[in-house]
Amino acid sequence: MATTAVVGHGHPPTTTGLDHRKIAIWAFIGSECMLFTSLISTYLVYKGRSVSGPFPHEVCNPPQCATALKPILNIPVTSVSTFVLLMSSLAMVLALAAVENKDKPGWAGTGAWGRALASSRLWLAVTAILGATFLGFQAYEFTSFVHEGLTIRTNLFGSSFFTLTGFHGAHVTVGVLWLLTLLAIDVKRGLGPKDALLVDISALYWHFVDVVWIAIFTLVYLIR
Amino acid sequence: MAHDTHDTAHASHVDHAALGEVHEHPTWKQYKWVALILMVITVVEVWVYYIPTFVASPVFVPALLIMSAVKFAIVVMFYMHLKYDHKLFRALFTGPLIIAIITLIVLMFLFGHLVIGRR
Repeated sequence: MATTAVVGHGHPPTTTGLDHRKIAIWAFIGSECMLFTSLISTYLVYKGRSVSGPFPHEVCNPPQCATALKPILNIPVTSVSTFVLLMSSLAMVLALAAVENKDKPGWAGTGAWGRALASSRLWLAVTAILGATFLGFQAYEFTSFVHEGLTIRTNLFGSSFFTLTGFHGAHVTVGVLWLLTLLAIDVKRGLGPKDALLVDISALYWHFVDVVWIAIFTLVYLIR
Repeated sequence: MAHDTHDTAHASHVDHAALGEVHEHPTWKQYKWVALILMVITVVEVWVYYIPTFVASPVFVPALLIMSAVKFAIVVMFYMHLKYDHKLFRALFTGPLIIAIITLIVLMFLFGHLVIGRR
């Protein structure tokens, strides 16, 4: 049965009975777990060991410091960007559900909300917009840090912070481009149940980017 | 044409079942509740950050780590469908994750951020 199904889509049968592309994305996500944990470890190992400011949470006043320093992390702004990324994950699962159920008219119910729920284009666009909004928040944060004197070369905190969050931001950027590509395909020819695996793979990547941020938000921003 | 469409939809259904990808997915209502729970936990995380007495208490860091782990698990289980997916996918994710977490904890001990038995 598995063989028939896989051959039917032009792919050779697999020994596991599972699609290689989905195994590949999970293996990739597993390796990405290790990459981000190494970056988070580096940040945590160097935490509190910067000899000069700006510092993430610590307040430093004269005579301990030559000039007064205030905590540089902006928790309210980052909380909003975290909320934006969490909501993008909700939009992504709705996009996948819309693609998987495209051949089932009325699955999402009737009325305006039902039609909206069944629109994969809408949810792909919403996910991409929320991802881009998150990147906007990150650009604002990085710019404000540089204006306050923190760059990647300033101190240990700056080096480990910009490397960690910069890598995450690069992953979000790739995710947004991936989503925009799917959106373009959806607009051009429409995505249906036969494309569900492609959307599922992109969704897994997007949710992974989200869970990495869940860890970063707590370990870098909230724990002092 | 209609026949083709039916076949494609059927093939897709067979693919999903045969490839062990999707047994059942959460419904829209479940997704909504998951999002609400994630939002509430995030609000609580930020709220406790602004309570000085709580920040100074020894439960501050464990509480944040637990809340973060719960959010992490919820997204992985329900949004990434790992709860419903094939066990091989679970192994591919949790195996490296466990190795990574153990490595992080060992590094914390190695660099003196975590200490056992020091007075």
